[in-house]
Amino acid sequence: MSEHIVSVRIYFLILLALLVGTVLTVVAGKIDFPFHLNVIIALTIACVKATLVILYFMHMRYSKRLVWIIFVSALFWMGLLFALTLSDYTTRNWLSQ
Amino acid sequence: MQQEGYEIPTPSKVNYINAQYGLKSWLLTKDHKRIALLYLGSVTAFFFFGGVYAMMIRIELLTPRGDFLSSATYNKVFTQHGILMIFFFLIPAIPATLGNFLVPMMIGAKDLAFPRINLLSWYIYILGGIITIWALLSGGVDTGWTFYAPYSTTFSNTYVVLTGLGIFINGFSSILTGLNFIVTIHTMRAPGMTWFRLPLFIWSHYATSLIMILGTPVIAITILLLAFERLARIGIFDPAIGGDPVLFQHLFWFYSHPAVYIMILPSMGVISELIANFSRKNIFGYKFVAFSSLAIAVFGFLVWGHHMFVSGQSVYAAMIFSFLSFAVAIPSAVKVFNWTATLYKGSISYDTPMLYGLGFIGLFLIGGMTGLFLASIAVDVHVTDTYFVVAHFHYVMVGGTLMGYLGGLHYWWPKISGRMYPEGWGRFAALVVFVGFNLTFLPQFVAGYLGMPRRYHAYPPEFQVFNVLSSAGATILGIGTLIPVIYLVWSMRYGRHAEANPWHLPGLEWRTPSPPPTENFIVSPVVTWEAYEFAPPEEMEVVGTTHHRPLEDAPVAGD
Amino acid sequence: MAESVTAEHEVHHPALQHHFENLEQQREAGTLGMWIFLVTEIMFFSAMFFAYTLYRYKFPLEFASASNHLSLKLGAINTVVLIVSSFTMAFAVYNAQVGRQRRLVISLILTIVLGLTFLGIKAVEYHDKYKDNLIPGQLIPGHKYSPATIHLLPGASPQYTEMFYWIYFAMTGMHALHMVIGVGLLSVILFFSIRGRYDPEYHNPVEVSGLYWHFVDLIWIFLFPLLYLLGRHIEHGGTPLH
Repeated sequence: MSEHIVSVRIYFLILLALLVGTVLTVVAGKIDFPFHLNVIIALTIACVKATLVILYFMHMRYSKRLVWIIFVSALFWMGLLFALTLSDYTTRNWLSQ
Repeated sequence: MQQEGYEIPTPSKVNYINAQYGLKSWLLTKDHKRIALLYLGSVTAFFFFGGVYAMMIRIELLTPRGDFLSSATYNKVFTQHGILMIFFFLIPAIPATLGNFLVPMMIGAKDLAFPRINLLSWYIYILGGIITIWALLSGGVDTGWTFYAPYSTTFSNTYVVLTGLGIFINGFSSILTGLNFIVTIHTMRAPGMTWFRLPLFIWSHYATSLIMILGTPVIAITILLLAFERLARIGIFDPAIGGDPVLFQHLFWFYSHPAVYIMILPSMGVISELIANFSRKNIFGYKFVAFSSLAIAVFGFLVWGHHMFVSGQSVYAAMIFSFLSFAVAIPSAVKVFNWTATLYKGSISYDTPMLYGLGFIGLFLIGGMTGLFLASIAVDVHVTDTYFVVAHFHYVMVGGTLMGYLGGLHYWWPKISGRMYPEGWGRFAALVVFVGFNLTFLPQFVAGYLGMPRRYHAYPPEFQVFNVLSSAGATILGIGTLIPVIYLVWSMRYGRHAEANPWHLPGLEWRTPSPPPTENFIVSPVVTWEAYEFAPPEEMEVVGTTHHRPLEDAPVAGD
Repeated sequence: MAESVTAEHEVHHPALQHHFENLEQQREAGTLGMWIFLVTEIMFFSAMFFAYTLYRYKFPLEFASASNHLSLKLGAINTVVLIVSSFTMAFAVYNAQVGRQRRLVISLILTIVLGLTFLGIKAVEYHDKYKDNLIPGQLIPGHKYSPATIHLLPGASPQYTEMFYWIYFAMTGMHALHMVIGVGLLSVILFFSIRGRYDPEYHNPVEVSGLYWHFVDLIWIFLFPLLYLLGRHIEHGGTPLH
């Protein structure tokens, strides 16, 4: 079999990292940051947690590049939905002077 | 499994049709070819069902007054026509019939990657169809196939939720088909079948599958949100809690525009096959055509706002969408140029499939060009919601998709059924379809430009002459589509038997008997030729045919 | 002749499906198929994530007020439950890879139990919303939505809080539905694991079920901060925008 077997030790470390991330996000959620930093911090921590789950629990780190392309494409497509629809909502009021 | 040994048995008389008898062997089949035939029957039934609604529309529009159907009924009729034709015919027609049949054969595989999921996708399609028909018979929907909020969420008194459920379920059929194709093409190509030796039919089905995977889930959730808003009497499209009805349009068209590329890309794949093969010439610019399929799939997701130019959408967003809509025409144009260049100095034979192929090029050109007119915001504001739009999309969907479907069906009919269709009748029907189609929809461009609105059962008398021409054409078109059903069914019993490669072509699907055995090939093929590498007949034999080799070459134990 | 035939005709694994050449191809196809299915799930949820983004952008105060009414404790506990269940699922896949059947069965059972725990806590949360009349619209006849129990931040209008709860129920409800499907899926895998169907050579169903389960965890990793942690920083008087 050509599949890579990830050790349980790595799984434990990832679990710990995810739990730490959860604590961090709750703590950071209660602190008032300036500008829009609250949502940026929350999303960053969520993205880091998600990346760990994808790379290690879902074995993306040890998978073919095709799998990576497939997953990133999905995120990119979601981005398209967001970007182009927001192009409407954020510019709707530009003409009303 | 490569069979070694120096004599390989000749193909037997058992093929996928007669391998097993009985209803259960068909309804519980895992064979992609049988599933393709199951789809063929159901897709044809839905086509004629949608066609009945088309005839009702055209009968009503013969006269300016709304005297055949009440306006409420008329709303239901054009809605049903749209829903049945789009979701139950146009989207599955080529991928689920020709695609299911040919994708494994063209890549040299024994079946698709997930045969049981393939069968499941047909049952899901049937379930969605039954629910939609049930909604129709209970009283139907009058929102238009576009289901715009707030009419669909709040004010319509028709079976929106039930119809939505039918379409929602049907969407999974699409998703599973696309998933199957992508995995199959990636993992099950025969040895030697590199990406750039694949027929262009495969490239276009791959691109179509990408759209199915990425777009269909969005319409699924949109229909669900619509249904819940109706049931809860509040929702994200409702201004009472700050919602925006136009958000429905964004989410709806995010899928429904790429959906039209789901409808046209497979047809373009068929046309590439028809043009190259019936010109006995390698396709001009293979890589350009292959990549243009992918480009259409990607760009197709960037243009949906062109359906919303008059919806209250931001002008700046409209400009972006307009520009991108021009860009998406480019890969389509690349294909048209390459097909034309393929024809140039080709050895063209005007068999029925080629007639459909040539018809496609001209009709798609008109449909595509008028799409560009609609992409210009200024023109669109004038002709939106008129018959100009109706004519445009019928040119691409009927003049495009239907032509490719009929052309492909005739082209591969000997492989599918083992029989030839009657060529004379084939050409005659193609001509009738072509004439009927143009007579139906060309006048609609004029009527629409002059201001006749769509989705109205009555109209000002000055438009009557266009409508009479259109209705006459629709009758001819309807007859034209019936004729092939008759002679194709006839040919299954009485048609001339077809040999493995009746057209003498290089494709891998022609290197196996007609009809093929259940496992497609007697031995696993090893591909050593390019996609459209025309060769003398003796070099294009059935895979695994007997070659006598001298005894000295026989393998010895220990080799 | 006999030798070359037997050398040729390997005895194949009973789980090999005959349209595949070998188990490796079958495994690759199965894994690829599940990843592509997860792509459809991402697109499925993306419309709701977009609605969330849009309406949070439009009604920041109302969203913050409504979010603060959610139980942070229960949400955080659920997050931990799901993360641990992801670990037990990964552990299950490991045991399938190395052929330790008993540990595979135990880790699957643990994952299922944790999943059911998540759903149970969710049910408690939903019940709390029901008691507070925060179920949107007329989904529950006789219990029309009422923002009375929400502590509104200064400047927030009550009717737009319903939009938050609509999105909350839509997203967590859809997520919970996927968890139910996941629990069902894992139960099937558990059944076959007990029967000894999986071994180091063939265990792809365990792997792809794991992929699905991790994906459901991924959705929650985003839902938790977006739904529960929106406005916690302004409970004590901070800047409300975004």
